[in-house]
Amino acid sequence: MRFAVPVFPGSNCDEDCAKAVREILDRPVDLVWHKDGNLDAYDAIILPGGFSYGDYLRTGALARFSPVMEAVAKAADKGKLVLGICNGFQVLLESGLLPGAMRVNDHLKFRCSIQTLRVENNQSPFTGLYQAGEEIQLPIAHGEGNYYCDQETLDKLEVQGQIIFRYSGQNPNGSVAGIAGIVNRRGNVLGLMPHPERAIYDWMGSSDGARMFQSMLRYWEGMHGAA
Amino acid sequence: MYKAIITVRLKPSVLDPQGSAVKGSLHSLGYSAVQDVRVGKTMEVWLEATDSQEAEAQVDAMCRKLLANPVIEDYEFHLEKGA
Repeated sequence: MRFAVPVFPGSNCDEDCAKAVREILDRPVDLVWHKDGNLDAYDAIILPGGFSYGDYLRTGALARFSPVMEAVAKAADKGKLVLGICNGFQVLLESGLLPGAMRVNDHLKFRCSIQTLRVENNQSPFTGLYQAGEEIQLPIAHGEGNYYCDQETLDKLEVQGQIIFRYSGQNPNGSVAGIAGIVNRRGNVLGLMPHPERAIYDWMGSSDGARMFQSMLRYWEGMHGAA
Repeated sequence: MYKAIITVRLKPSVLDPQGSAVKGSLHSLGYSAVQDVRVGKTMEVWLEATDSQEAEAQVDAMCRKLLANPVIEDYEFHLEKGA
């Protein structure tokens, strides 16, 4: 299983994502500059956190038009796994690969803390190694994680099991229904605000993020064999 | 040459935390008459077009594709000729 981590001007979690793949999964991973429009060689794409294009206009709005995003859409269409973390989630929303939009946190502050999340759906390719309803600890670091969608979209997300993670206890940003992460209808594109790549060893404060990467690997190699 | 003056705002149904914070500050300055504040963006775009209809169609497409996010924002604009 080969991983790509697209890098936009202003991405700053790209190395962390690549390191998580190398150290936790021991699989090949390449950083791919955003001008590269070809991701055919990869089985999974991780859109990293950061501040692509300085968050100008809206978070994720300009990254969406980078050539690499056409390749990400194509990969998603082929059923490859796409994981968008923090700014990566914002890019997925702007590009329409996931429904909804991101607003500034309701309290207007940048929030950096370890957060407790509840695993709402462990049937996704990204959460197979978590228990349903399990509470896990992942760090957040964002000023715009206040997820929004209209009621009709929210009803669909609920019914179709697309809400993968919710904040447990205090909602750190005001997101509708406490949403921290959602998948597309098909289930192969996950966007979440918390950072699994920053929680892969106990010394980081939590190692709960490691199982997200391990879940992806188990799912993919279960379907396609080890490669 | 045309100049489009574009205003992008959060939809009325979308809570505007910046507007709420600004309202609070105006109240603390003593402007107790202030009932509500919404914060938006103004953009100026200069473009070449053969006539105002073409310019309008282009700016409208720009707003839909990039300048506003239709999930949470509304936009409106007007054109000035020869600006």
